[in-house]
Amino acid sequence: MTLLKIENLHTYYGHIQALKGIHLEVEEGEIVTLIGANGAGKTTTLRTISGLIRPRDGQILLDGQQIHTLPAHRIVEAGIAHAPEGRQIFSTLTVTENLNMGAYTLAADKAAIEENRQRVFDLFPRLEERKNQLGGTLSGGEQQMLTIGRALMARPKLVLLDEPSLGLAPMLVKAIFDTIQEINARGVTVLLVEQNARAALKVAHRGYVLETGRVVLSGAANELLRDERVRKAYLGEQ
Amino acid sequence: MQFIQQLIQQLINGITIGAFYSLVALGYTMVYGVLKLINFAHGDMFMWGAYLGLTGFNVALAMVGQAGGWSILPIVIILMLTVALVGVLVERIAYRPLRSAGRLAPVISALGVAFILQSLARNVYGASYKTYPTGITPTGGLSLAGSARVSTMQIIVLITSFLLMGALYLFVQRTRIGTAMRAVSLDHDTSRLMGIDVNRIIAIVFLIGPGLGGVAGMIVALYYGSFDFTLGWSYGLKAFIAAILGGIGNIPGAMLGGMLLGIIETLGAGYLSPQWKDVIAYAILIIILIFRPTGLLGERVAEKV
Ligand SMILES: Nc1ncnc2c1ncn2[C@@H]1O[C@H](COP(=O)(O)OP(=O)(O)OP(=O)(O)O)[C@@H](O)[C@H]1O
Ligand SMILES: [Mg+2]
Repeated sequence: MTLLKIENLHTYYGHIQALKGIHLEVEEGEIVTLIGANGAGKTTTLRTISGLIRPRDGQILLDGQQIHTLPAHRIVEAGIAHAPEGRQIFSTLTVTENLNMGAYTLAADKAAIEENRQRVFDLFPRLEERKNQLGGTLSGGEQQMLTIGRALMARPKLVLLDEPSLGLAPMLVKAIFDTIQEINARGVTVLLVEQNARAALKVAHRGYVLETGRVVLSGAANELLRDERVRKAYLGEQ
Repeated sequence: MQFIQQLIQQLINGITIGAFYSLVALGYTMVYGVLKLINFAHGDMFMWGAYLGLTGFNVALAMVGQAGGWSILPIVIILMLTVALVGVLVERIAYRPLRSAGRLAPVISALGVAFILQSLARNVYGASYKTYPTGITPTGGLSLAGSARVSTMQIIVLITSFLLMGALYLFVQRTRIGTAMRAVSLDHDTSRLMGIDVNRIIAIVFLIGPGLGGVAGMIVALYYGSFDFTLGWSYGLKAFIAAILGGIGNIPGAMLGGMLLGIIETLGAGYLSPQWKDVIAYAILIIILIFRPTGLLGERVAEKV
């Protein structure tokens, strides 16, 4: 079943056109990755899905319902969580408070919040050890865990991850990708944006290649891994 | 001995005035937190609290023949709600449409609202000094050591202010909405990604800040006995300075900055001369800012880039 369907998406920053008619689909239960060079429009795609930017044209459907007309906070309620690029954690809030903000839409459901927090701590035991520490004092890797954990707090149907491996040590990169698979195995659909195309294509079911605001290639992840153009442009092979 | 008694007296007076500054400073600092806007209209909302109190007491006198005692409670509540409502409307009409218009336009808009509120007060109530009906301000007090005294009014001021500030602090630190307020102060977009309705949080801030400011306006008018339409300008500016001194955007900072400013001013006036108190107070302020440009409690954790 199609969970997310994007049709002919056009997004602008003032006069600059960042997305020039994107088509993209995510099936329920999948990991789909969006790869592309710097400035291709990956972040813009995610920000348009989560309602931070309004598209000028095209539509976005979640479970067949239009969401591109909703304000961002309603899109979260509809079941999409977004872990933004660059670990935008709340630096002067504690780890626990950051996680609670992730569950903001659950309002007064204390039991559910508690349960979800425990799940996040199972996934990232490090966060539990640091739960009373201010977000801004965490290491880069811990902040990345917090960004992902926070996005899972509302029990989303679909989670958008923007470059979760950026700036992490190789050991940690592997751990993050393992975690993404684990999250998916627990029933969360994932739309993953990555510069690390090889690692992303290895965990994903399908992938889309973005170039200057357009999808230029898409298909099963293992086929993209073997594709000549992808190997040359994104996997650094000759 | 004489010296100690005098010092205690000055400190009591200073803390009382500091409590006013703190209550008003909170309004500046909370709005700055969520919008990065200096709400110059805040002082005039506070001034309106004083005038609405006046109307409230006069109405109470006319209706029930007395305005003191417990009749003060409904007056305070109605006044607080009215000023809070004005705050929310001002945000909705004069600030929200300018939110993506850069830093300058909203500040000018705030100044415009300040002048409007001030002129309105002058046109409605007249330019002369106003006094609250006699018999409302409680008299009497307690003698402390020797000649030092704390008046009943001061006790009321201090208890009310500390209760209000304590409640606000707990609200901001402990509740879901309060935490969301702190999140919005850090980053609007990321807050929206949490499912926070940022506009709603901003509206709540504009309920609380002017609501507290309105109550402070009434208490200040009671404490001093008389005021005019420039109350918001003079007092508001001092409270704004208190907010900067404590670290603008920081709620405990506003409380601390207000107290410090009140105490420094009173000590300056008491031990030097009233004419020199502002010179002393603001020289100290400048020195503090030179050493701590972000204010006393501002930005204790470095913001990441
Ligand atoms: N706030 C903005 N204002 C103007 N232009 C922007 C803004 N944000 C992004 N752009 C432009 O939109 C285009 C797409 O940017 P986007 O951030 O989506 O790229 P990206 O694929 O995420 O790149 P990266 O891999 O570097 O994160 C770029 O040309 C960028 O310069
Ligand atoms: Mg990006």
